[in-house]
Amino acid sequence: MSADPIIRIRDLETRFGTHTVHEHLDLDVERGEVLGVVGPSGTGKSVLLRAIVGLKHPSAGSIEVFGRKLDTLGDEERRSLERRWGVMFQDGALFSNLTVRENVMVPMKEHTNLGPKLSAELADMKIRLAGLEPDAGDKFPSDLSGGMRKRAALARALALDPELLFLDEPTAGLDPITAAGFDTLLRQLQKSLGLSVFLVTHDVDTLNAVCDRIAVLGEKKVLAIGTIDELRAFDHPWVQEYFGGPRGRAATGH
Amino acid sequence: MKFHLFECPCLKHVLLGKSGSYTLMAETVSPEFALDESDERTVLRLTGDWTVQHVQDVDDALRALNVSSPLAVDVSDLGKLDTAGAFVIDRTLRAAGSAEEGEPEIIGDHPNATRLIAQIHAVSTPAPESPAQDGSIMALLDRTGRSFMHIASESIATLAFLGETLATCARMLLQPWKLRWTSIVAVMEESGLDALPIITFLSFFVGMVIAFIGATTLKSFDLEIYTVELIGYSELREFGVVLTGIVLAGRTNSSFTAQIGTMKMRQEIDAMQTLGLKPMEVLVVPRVLAMLIMTPVLAFAATLAGIAGGVMVAWLALDINPGVFIVRLRDSVPLDQFWVGMSKAPVFGLVCVLIACRQGLNVGGSVQSLGRATTTSVVQALFSIIAIDALFAIFYMELDI
Repeated sequence: MSADPIIRIRDLETRFGTHTVHEHLDLDVERGEVLGVVGPSGTGKSVLLRAIVGLKHPSAGSIEVFGRKLDTLGDEERRSLERRWGVMFQDGALFSNLTVRENVMVPMKEHTNLGPKLSAELADMKIRLAGLEPDAGDKFPSDLSGGMRKRAALARALALDPELLFLDEPTAGLDPITAAGFDTLLRQLQKSLGLSVFLVTHDVDTLNAVCDRIAVLGEKKVLAIGTIDELRAFDHPWVQEYFGGPRGRAATGH
Repeated sequence: MKFHLFECPCLKHVLLGKSGSYTLMAETVSPEFALDESDERTVLRLTGDWTVQHVQDVDDALRALNVSSPLAVDVSDLGKLDTAGAFVIDRTLRAAGSAEEGEPEIIGDHPNATRLIAQIHAVSTPAPESPAQDGSIMALLDRTGRSFMHIASESIATLAFLGETLATCARMLLQPWKLRWTSIVAVMEESGLDALPIITFLSFFVGMVIAFIGATTLKSFDLEIYTVELIGYSELREFGVVLTGIVLAGRTNSSFTAQIGTMKMRQEIDAMQTLGLKPMEVLVVPRVLAMLIMTPVLAFAATLAGIAGGVMVAWLALDINPGVFIVRLRDSVPLDQFWVGMSKAPVFGLVCVLIACRQGLNVGGSVQSLGRATTTSVVQALFSIIAIDALFAIFYMELDI
């Protein structure tokens, strides 16, 4: 693990019109760690993710990814940065006019010199790696169930073997067995590829199984950050209720 | 012992990618491999970085590799490895037949090669062969036949939809308190009133164009005054209402299909049904009734605007005073012509709205199907309006009007 964090956020402020979502928010994601981001609905977890990948422009503060400030980069540098991360959106955001295989091949076509044959083979491999059946590659996203779409979206996020993976609610809406399979898969990949993961989730089981550290968002900034045990000792009503409530206790075996 | 060395000229990719790379990141080295063949087994020695950015450079050479004896992989000098590199290595091992039974043989130490290759081995399958395209004359005939049958089934389905709509309309009209007056008025405004400016404008210009054509042609016979008849007959009977139909086909059809199609795509229509609301009553009937009321109004406005365009040209270019124009129009163009035109308006409105609603309800789950339905809706509506107008022309000709 390198000393420099892979994501460094300082004094971030984002707003929608007059509504401020984040104010003076600081956050570091270390290289090779899985950081879970939790918080009550409406505290801007997804907005934070969108701000980091450059979809939402912050009104103040700085965001550095891979040691580079996003807003100062030229197009070419920006592209070379983008191929080093993968993003999986909450609803999958698959291109509905492409098959699953073509969806996974989009980043390969865009960012590498892979030939059509090899990229199709690699796409099939990623599809199976994400836990889908091999024949899912020929299907269109509209023919897939919600859980399958999430897996297809993960396959696309993994297409370029990114160093940094952003996941927005990857297990929401999945049955517990599939969700547990997702957790295992994520952990395996993270270990063998040395991935850093920025994970927005509500799933306490996922937090417990996958995350090295957890950041709690609230009151427009990061309320607390630490391992699940450190957070359990943290004195804040929401944090206490979240990890001390029946679901939180069941998930962590306390 | 034989020794092959394969090198690839892929340094340029490394150089290209360098400008934006992270300072802490080690520079990438292009992947290379060497074959070390002996009697018992062949060892594939890997060097460089086997990552998704560069594996293409060794892909063809690896595919061409033909190894007879069992293959092992030496990863001791391997640089970085990711799933793409692991996949290519695993595929080579499979092709050599050495990965069939259990674990692939991997020599040397590497931080993650053994684990990654094993992980990828579990999920990689040979790519299935894609079926060959049939380009023969039979395929062409097959496609022609299918399109023809598609047209036939589309027409029948539209007629069936017409029947269903009319039945629902009749049932609703017998219970007028059940009608959704708010949506009817909203559709009347959105698709009727809001379309008024563009329809009158277009019709005004078309009226001017006809008058100009009439004037220049009739001038050579000294019969400019007949421009009045030309404008009267063509605007009252055809152009006013057909222009209205065409604008509606473009404007209203696309919006209705997109509205209903989006609702269908987002399962709002399913939700409606489970709540006991019938899409036919909630979505289709208000639109049908609103268009039945508004199309004649729009056609009437279009006709007036067209005549106004004609009057202006006649006045400015032919010195026919507007008063004279109106008197002559009243005397020489029978009122029948007006009714012929207006009789077509509700039919055109109905055709547009039926096609729009049916295509909207046909949308599936994808964005592509929404786009396709919208296009189909507009094209079918335009086609139907022109075709029905021709049928009307024959019909009224037989009636001697």
